[in-house]
Amino acid sequence: MRLSVQEAAFDLGAESNAFAAAVSGAGAVVTFTGLVRDNGGSLAAMEIEHYPGMTERAITAMMQEAKTRWSLVDALVIHRFGVLKGSEPIMMVATAARHRADAFAAAEFLMDYLKSRAPFWKKEIGADGAAWVAAQQTDEDALRRW
Amino acid sequence: MIDILYFAWLRERIGTNRERLETTAATVSDLVAELEARSEGHALAFADKTSLRVAVDQELADFSAPLAGVREVAFFPPMTGG
Repeated sequence: MRLSVQEAAFDLGAESNAFAAAVSGAGAVVTFTGLVRDNGGSLAAMEIEHYPGMTERAITAMMQEAKTRWSLVDALVIHRFGVLKGSEPIMMVATAARHRADAFAAAEFLMDYLKSRAPFWKKEIGADGAAWVAAQQTDEDALRRW
Repeated sequence: MIDILYFAWLRERIGTNRERLETTAATVSDLVAELEARSEGHALAFADKTSLRVAVDQELADFSAPLAGVREVAFFPPMTGG
């Protein structure tokens, strides 16, 4: 399992290929990528703040939990912080398992937990000023299914 | 001594990301009461408790969590990762 919390951009293709090439015994790899959503071109940038130390601890715990719940061969989480432009990748999750059901479920579990339990805060910077992104009740509700 | 950390709009309202405090507060709630009295910014940041989350030594915690032996307490709004 690998976790990277980083300011630098990452190469989605290169990361996915390297992840898939390194797993042995897996028949399924699922990847998810989150992009900076540009609401109709009004977004100048997105600033992502995090809590160094807790971020790594929280995500590592999620990844370990995913490994106990599903039969995973490997998992990868990359999450960026700092100032990002519209359409830039913010984060990615990759999971590898013998069969796809485990890979899909573990990827969704990690995404749901990253949304509401990893200490990141997004701020949208537009032409008219900046605003913190509010947490959605639907994101909190999504945790109940696990 | 406890390190208090603030993130996102709490940090902005309080005007700092970190402060160090000698406190006799027994729980997070007691600590919040102490912090609220420190400045107008603090009072504003802690006004709506339902939109606050707390981590004690980098683990999510409740406001009833005890502070004995704790080194770091962080306050922040609900997280928006992913």
